[in-house]
Amino acid sequence: MKDNVSVQGTAHSDRIHDSAIKHVTGRADYTDDIALPTGALHAYLGVSDVAHATLKSIDLSAVRAAPGVVGVLTAEDVPGVNDISPTGLNDEPVFPTDKIQFHGQPLFAVIAETRDAARRAAERAQIDCDVLPHALDPIAAQEAGYPYVTKPLKLERGDIAPAFKTAPNRIKGRMSVGGQDHMYLEGHIAFAIPGEDDDVVVHCSTQHPSEAQHMVAHVLGVPSNAVVVNVRRMGGGFGGKESQMNLFCAVAAIAAKKWNRAVKIRPDRDQDMTATGKRHDFVIDYDVAFDEVGRIQALDGSFAARCGFSADLSGPVTDRALFHADNAYFYPNVRLTSHPMKTNTVSNTAFRGFGGPQGVIAAERIIEEIAYATGQDPLDVRKANFYGGEGRDLTPYHQTVEDNILDRLVSELEDSAEYRQRRQEIIAFNADSPVLKKGIALTPVKFGISFTATWYNQAGALVHIYNDGSIHLNHGGTEMGQGLNTKVAQIVAEAFQVDIDRIKITKTTTEKVPNTSATAASSGTDLNGMAALDAVRQIQARLVDFAVETWGVAPDEVVFRANEVHAGAQVFPFDAFIKQAYLARIQLSAAGFYKTPKIHWDRDKGQGRPFYYFSYGAACSEVMIDTLTGEYRVERTDLLHDVGRSLNPALDKGQVEGAFVQGMGWLTTEELWWDDTGRLRTHAPSTYKIPLASDRPRIFNVNLADWSENRELTIKRSKAVGEPPFMLGISVFEALSMAVASVAGYTTCPRLDAPATPERVLMAVTRLRDGG
Amino acid sequence: MSKLHVSTTVNGDSVEFLCDPRETLLDCLRDKLNLTGAKEGCGTGDCGACSVTVDGRLVCSCLMLGVEADGKDIATVEGMAEGEELHPLQQKFIEYAALQCGICTPGVLVAAKALLEKNPDPTEEEARYWLAGNLCRCTGYDKIIRAVMDTAADMREAS
Ligand code: FES
Ligand code: FES
Repeated sequence: MKDNVSVQGTAHSDRIHDSAIKHVTGRADYTDDIALPTGALHAYLGVSDVAHATLKSIDLSAVRAAPGVVGVLTAEDVPGVNDISPTGLNDEPVFPTDKIQFHGQPLFAVIAETRDAARRAAERAQIDCDVLPHALDPIAAQEAGYPYVTKPLKLERGDIAPAFKTAPNRIKGRMSVGGQDHMYLEGHIAFAIPGEDDDVVVHCSTQHPSEAQHMVAHVLGVPSNAVVVNVRRMGGGFGGKESQMNLFCAVAAIAAKKWNRAVKIRPDRDQDMTATGKRHDFVIDYDVAFDEVGRIQALDGSFAARCGFSADLSGPVTDRALFHADNAYFYPNVRLTSHPMKTNTVSNTAFRGFGGPQGVIAAERIIEEIAYATGQDPLDVRKANFYGGEGRDLTPYHQTVEDNILDRLVSELEDSAEYRQRRQEIIAFNADSPVLKKGIALTPVKFGISFTATWYNQAGALVHIYNDGSIHLNHGGTEMGQGLNTKVAQIVAEAFQVDIDRIKITKTTTEKVPNTSATAASSGTDLNGMAALDAVRQIQARLVDFAVETWGVAPDEVVFRANEVHAGAQVFPFDAFIKQAYLARIQLSAAGFYKTPKIHWDRDKGQGRPFYYFSYGAACSEVMIDTLTGEYRVERTDLLHDVGRSLNPALDKGQVEGAFVQGMGWLTTEELWWDDTGRLRTHAPSTYKIPLASDRPRIFNVNLADWSENRELTIKRSKAVGEPPFMLGISVFEALSMAVASVAGYTTCPRLDAPATPERVLMAVTRLRDGG
Repeated sequence: MSKLHVSTTVNGDSVEFLCDPRETLLDCLRDKLNLTGAKEGCGTGDCGACSVTVDGRLVCSCLMLGVEADGKDIATVEGMAEGEELHPLQQKFIEYAALQCGICTPGVLVAAKALLEKNPDPTEEEARYWLAGNLCRCTGYDKIIRAVMDTAADMREAS
């Protein structure tokens, strides 16, 4: 009999999301759905309407006098340290005291009886300031001599100079890559309840409860043990709630302690978009040398990022852009530098991929350049440059690529998507179609898994078995839709060999698991799954000892199987066994812990093994553009993605599809646009366009590479899934590029900038038709 | 501002509440009737998270005033299931894993139900365009559309 036969919801099964029934009935509670205690107050932020200025005074008398207002908070009301910089650089005040650094910067908060009253009152402030010149993008910032917000990085291997001298071909170019708003459907929200002494409890929607806890303690000037942060679930995160919730938690907590009443803060969508950070925009300069067949010999790449007014997570984000500037390709000689520019914009932050996608898209642009210059199918140029073969497996950061499966993955997709044949058909179609043009592209992705801040790669979990046999599971990760809780519960169900329904997954809280890392870098299941398994193993070891002692069996005769425990010939239902263990005074609770092995990183040298392993994937997309309007649509997309041995194929496929569409949005319709005064004009779904149901590819085939198994000892040999498939969206961008290139006989690289909005596509078509 | 008295029907029950004439129907449902299934994703009619039906017609409850609900028949996601018996759309959404964070799900379900009531046999194209008013940032929509199409087929067979 197979072990799993009668156990429901163990690992590697299509278990439904643990909250699915609550989701469909509207009973899943998000932070905004938690009933407020009587007397609760509402906070709202008052913001700047200039991008850069010396702050002279803020007159809040009209705000205070507005109906329903209870009071205001400014920098002076911060009892502890007026700083919420997640990296401790002291460059991000809750409220500024002397300088305004971006349009829409929070300057104060209004506290009122209702949210509406607070929101209306916030408009009444009189801000007196001396306006200064501003720089909005990384190039303007470099020209204006703006500093870096954080230390840049250089990755170097081999020697680029000789290769540039001798190589038969060399191309220099520049690419602008736009940012992206997270547009999680649930915006930022925090709700603080004051307690006795210094205590405060904050319910919020953060991916990083421990950091929110530490920040609230820091601004309140109290120890971390006075602050509890709770997160049951988020309505989407995508990185936007990694550090950005700190501000809202801080404001709610300060106000709650000051007025000794519960305080909730929930900005409207426009304020959410203007006052919180986004994906970093990059301007990338590349200089590449290659041989006649298109093999890269040397690459010099410079990555300038719009970081905004403070560092936030820009250091690790721009680092990760460099780590992924190779994507799947071996560069024999390479130099990559980052330029994390300070700008007068909101401080940019984490977003799915964390800088990686901006690196990968640069690599793909370089491949495209080479393909057009040598007259080849870009897929052949890709293959010629893949990692693999004698001496071709070292990354620019000196980590060896040991687990490359792209050759197989890409050929399988090439066949199943009938890439070669369709490309021929498309070229033939384009020759006969004067207005509508098609394009197709097949792009790979290789993505490094682990936080590059090595100490982040740790996690904790807490497992209790109550004496009725029910199991309580808690871990440090947060649930934002990715199904983390479901997967971790599956791992526990599998280990105990009990039905998943026996396991209750509880809210993430700093009270149960301390010092957790953000649920980010796709690491949620890898880390928390292992920590939960460690807790289970500890309890199981005690249960085995108990059975050995009680029934005089050998340890290997104690077996957990199908909701039962076998001790030699004796068989007990799980509950009954637990009851006996309890009566025998066996400890039925354990705290588990995990830290990722093998990884190390020396940033000053630019060398190490920052990633435990790599995840791989490939996408093939076909598009059609209208060369008279620039409009386009995605006709077909085929995805093949590697998640190792999937813990839950249904959830993993969902991540792959969602990430692809989000990646496609980043590169097509999602345009962030600031006007000359530094005001973000795409500030809500009215003006900022994420993909809609109608934008989904007409044909959409999504598959997991079910033969793949993680060669590292990860949880059940699975691989992380949150971020890597985001970059599959690049296939759409490259396909658009081919469609544009068709108007000039595929001889010129169209050099599309991202996002390739219809307007940009039209401009590129016009430029190519006019001869480049 | 003085409050107005509103009598309306929500999911078949007659209810009454007092509200500020400036309050949206969405806020009234959430704050006064404790029906928190409808969510505020944007507050400006651009995301569909607040979708409800009013006299059978699909509306964004963030764009309608609470006082306008007087005498109307409102249906929200909370009324879709009959007790613990889920509506076929709800069942299919679970079966297809057509949700991730789930915050768009109530709005999508209400909109999909309104579609199938109006047009029990939509083409995939019609379903995609009908649901284009409901943003989902997580799923990429594929499973949502498949779930809706499959439910429509099942419901046609059953009727
Ligand atoms: S909240 Fe009503 S449409 Fe977005
Ligand atoms: S499931 Fe998260 S927005 Fe749709």
